[in-house]
Amino acid sequence: MQFDQILQYILSGLSTGAIYALIGIGFSIIYNATGIINFAQGEFVMLGGLLTLSSLELLKLPLWAAIPSAIAVSTVVGFLFERLAIRPLKQPTPINLVIITIGGSILIRGLAMLVWGKDTHSIPPFSGDTPIAIGGATILPQHLWILAITLIIIVINKVYFYHTISGKAMRACSYNRRAAGLVGIDVRRMVLFSFVISSAMGAIAGIIVAPLTMTAYDVGVMLGLKGFCAAIIGGMSSGISTVIGGLILGILESLGAGLISSGYKDAIAFIILLLILFIRPQGLFGKANSERV
Amino acid sequence: MTRDLLLFACFSLLIMLAPQLFTGGYLMNVLVFVGINTMLAIALNLLLGYAGQISLGHAGFFGLGAYLSGILTTTFSLNPWGAMPIAALVVGCLAYLIGFPILKLKGHYLAMATLGLGVIIYIVFNETVNLTGGPSGLSGIPNLRLGGIVFDSDVKNYYLIWVVTLMVMLFSINLANSRIGRALRAVHDSDVAAQVLGVNSRLLKVQIFALSAIISSLAGSFYAHTMTFISPASFGFNFSIELLTMVVIGGLGSIYGSFLGAALLTLLPEILRGANDYDIIIYGALLVLMVMFMPGGLVRGIPALYRKIVTRRGEAGHA
Amino acid sequence: MNSKIMSFVIGAMTLLYSATVFAASPIKIGALFAVTGPAAFLGEPERNSAKMVIDEINKAGGVKGHKLELVVYDTTGDATKAVQLATKLIKDDKVVAIIGPSTTGETMAVIPVAEKEQVPLISCSAGSKITDPVKKWIFKTAQNDSLAVGKIYEYLQKTKQTSVSILTVSDGFGASGREQLKSQAVKYGITIVSDDTYGPKDTDMTAQLTKIRGSRAQAIICWGTNPGPAIIAKNVRQLGIKTPVFMSHGVSSKKFIDLAGEAAEGIKLPSGKVVVADLLPGSDKQKNSLMDFVKDYQNHYKAEGDHFGGHAWDAVMLIRNAVEHGADSAAAIRDQLEKSKGFAGIGGSFNYSAQDHAGLGKDAFVLVEIRNKDWVIVK
Repeated sequence: MQFDQILQYILSGLSTGAIYALIGIGFSIIYNATGIINFAQGEFVMLGGLLTLSSLELLKLPLWAAIPSAIAVSTVVGFLFERLAIRPLKQPTPINLVIITIGGSILIRGLAMLVWGKDTHSIPPFSGDTPIAIGGATILPQHLWILAITLIIIVINKVYFYHTISGKAMRACSYNRRAAGLVGIDVRRMVLFSFVISSAMGAIAGIIVAPLTMTAYDVGVMLGLKGFCAAIIGGMSSGISTVIGGLILGILESLGAGLISSGYKDAIAFIILLLILFIRPQGLFGKANSERV
Repeated sequence: MTRDLLLFACFSLLIMLAPQLFTGGYLMNVLVFVGINTMLAIALNLLLGYAGQISLGHAGFFGLGAYLSGILTTTFSLNPWGAMPIAALVVGCLAYLIGFPILKLKGHYLAMATLGLGVIIYIVFNETVNLTGGPSGLSGIPNLRLGGIVFDSDVKNYYLIWVVTLMVMLFSINLANSRIGRALRAVHDSDVAAQVLGVNSRLLKVQIFALSAIISSLAGSFYAHTMTFISPASFGFNFSIELLTMVVIGGLGSIYGSFLGAALLTLLPEILRGANDYDIIIYGALLVLMVMFMPGGLVRGIPALYRKIVTRRGEAGHA
Repeated sequence: MNSKIMSFVIGAMTLLYSATVFAASPIKIGALFAVTGPAAFLGEPERNSAKMVIDEINKAGGVKGHKLELVVYDTTGDATKAVQLATKLIKDDKVVAIIGPSTTGETMAVIPVAEKEQVPLISCSAGSKITDPVKKWIFKTAQNDSLAVGKIYEYLQKTKQTSVSILTVSDGFGASGREQLKSQAVKYGITIVSDDTYGPKDTDMTAQLTKIRGSRAQAIICWGTNPGPAIIAKNVRQLGIKTPVFMSHGVSSKKFIDLAGEAAEGIKLPSGKVVVADLLPGSDKQKNSLMDFVKDYQNHYKAEGDHFGGHAWDAVMLIRNAVEHGADSAAAIRDQLEKSKGFAGIGGSFNYSAQDHAGLGKDAFVLVEIRNKDWVIVK
């Protein structure tokens, strides 16, 4: 009986962790290309879910058309955000960047509240909701979708960053912006790309998790924070390390809530964050950074 | 130095005379909150504006001060004037100890770590129901008394809070102009360079962090005794963001800027009362616009704008 | 000669006019509702209902020649704002009574203000401790959560399902419910085998439910407001848990059924009678008021009137009745309120007294079950 319970905790934790991983990768992509932590990342998750809802209900599109249109609109929002808020910044100090991305996230959230109201909305699952039994534990088909899509995204990521010119150009920017500029890479365009890709990923995360957790204008806040934790654990990599970071976070949260205390569930994520930042800020898998003075 | 003191004296006079203009009523209540928020904004400004260390968790220290004062005076029936320094001491020690590991971090990492700290504190408030009353809050906190006066009305609280706030302002202005203030600014500009010059930057940052926490704790204690009811909802992440907005809009590194920011952000919801759904958008828009167009805050931006208009008019005159 | 008559006529008309103006000084009632924010599902229907019934009263000529004027402030569910706005209503707007706030947390914060300024407060929130112990100026129209808990425990005792697991949300409503669940257990012979909580914004409760699945509970009681309970209902289904699930009156609205979908089938909860108004026997005293309220709300706002809006409706009507008995100042209204008996409102039949400012009895709730996406009364 105990083993069944633990298996259930782990399985639930895996799927939540996959979501954190997707959001975390979004953080990492922007950070690696620009050095900015985009506090508004969580809001793209929210937009993905709510836009899908509108596509389904208002435009009456079928699911397979609603999803890409939701991703497309979120990407446009990401594009606008970079163009209007980030690029024109005259003094890009960390403080200013933190504040402007926080301000941007509040703005996006406020606009979402006006458009969709404060209610919670549900979205139908992709392929029904009959539970599937694994050992003594159960998961839903939606969980499988989440894991599958996360895997696909990781593969696409790997291919993009290591086997395409623009992907390699973005990696070059993350290693050394000035050098990248010197070899002819349009750094500003790379910055724009990174926002576009991250907002798309955030939207996808939001869409695949909405049938399970329902969606509302303020789901982005906590998800964004936990996604960031995943990214920190993974050392801000845009690859497998962050995914592992997300999964670890999801599983530890689930085990903690089940075995220790459900009230402190959210605190677990943040305690892990603090511990990692104090003891090993480069993440579990990163190499220590040196700072130029 | 004397110019600073003169400016401060004029400001204090205005504050003390304000109640005569606004003779009681609801506005008094709002002005009391402006006082508390000014204290908090100054505390954050010392850390953020002068020392350049981001904190997104200051609502946590505010809440700790409020709850410690609240619990000590209700469950343990301590005298409020005794509970307040105890609360400040506890919060100060906590901040001092946490400060060492946390201030090793910089920039975004520090922001996230302080955010995490603030959220953990908030969750503790919510979960330790037997101590704090949990989400339903803690009520029955006594008003402060001094001599024969009980501070139970808005006007009386106004004077009490503002006397303390003015003292904090004076203290901060002096601090900023002192050796310590200069050392802080050196650390802000370049940590390594300051160290090379003999400033123990690590210790200094922790000390300022602890001082900032102590002032926030004091503000929290006064808040508890003024409201007589506190609940965790007032001490969450949203309020930390509000404080950050106050400091940024007012002007980093300016004490009077903190007052401006606090006053604006406390009065704004009152003015916008009719447009309730829009106020969250206005906050976000303000933040973004301020950082883009007036990164020095209002306290520097408005004089600069004025100067720009005047010189342009002067040029046009000569054309 | 003509001008003298003219001025006489004008003078007389002015006197008559001012007489009517003076006689018809409006009675200002303040309201604190959480119209926006996390408790908007409470505050919005409350504000709508209050406005609706005040408009109707005024259209019918007011009460004793007075029109009623409603001053509504949005607290956004924040206790601190509620306190500030209560002060504003009393000092700036000079209201003679306050309706609301919408949540227990806000009410507890506002109570000292109302007591100190001596203005009657009729709260629309559920916490039993609002009127227990009784406070001179504080009343409530929402049913006590102690009554809701009692209804569930009574049923469990009858069906001999006496070991329960409780899962409550960590906010004011859930905390108050949890207190009641724990304190009344012994009285009904109930044993609580596990006690878990979840956050208002949590999106997955399978961890807590897995733990509950492993316990020997015969019933699961979940205390919270949307969307948490909907997620819990879905999680229960996912985990294949067969234990019967009971919810609180916090989800007695169609919204819960919409969100939870199939997973809502078979869930039982205590509810105000308004959701099953059409199923009530004709002998029920409240049936008429309930049917009228549902019809009116549908006409005005094109939405279903729920029992949250009903709390505000009851509060306005109680004040109206007090004014009808001649009260027009804060103290007089308070006294009349305390004497109100036998008012068949939306939340139940109200009988206030000096020792009871909550006014409702066990008949304020019915136990309902969700079947075929609709409500059914449980016998």
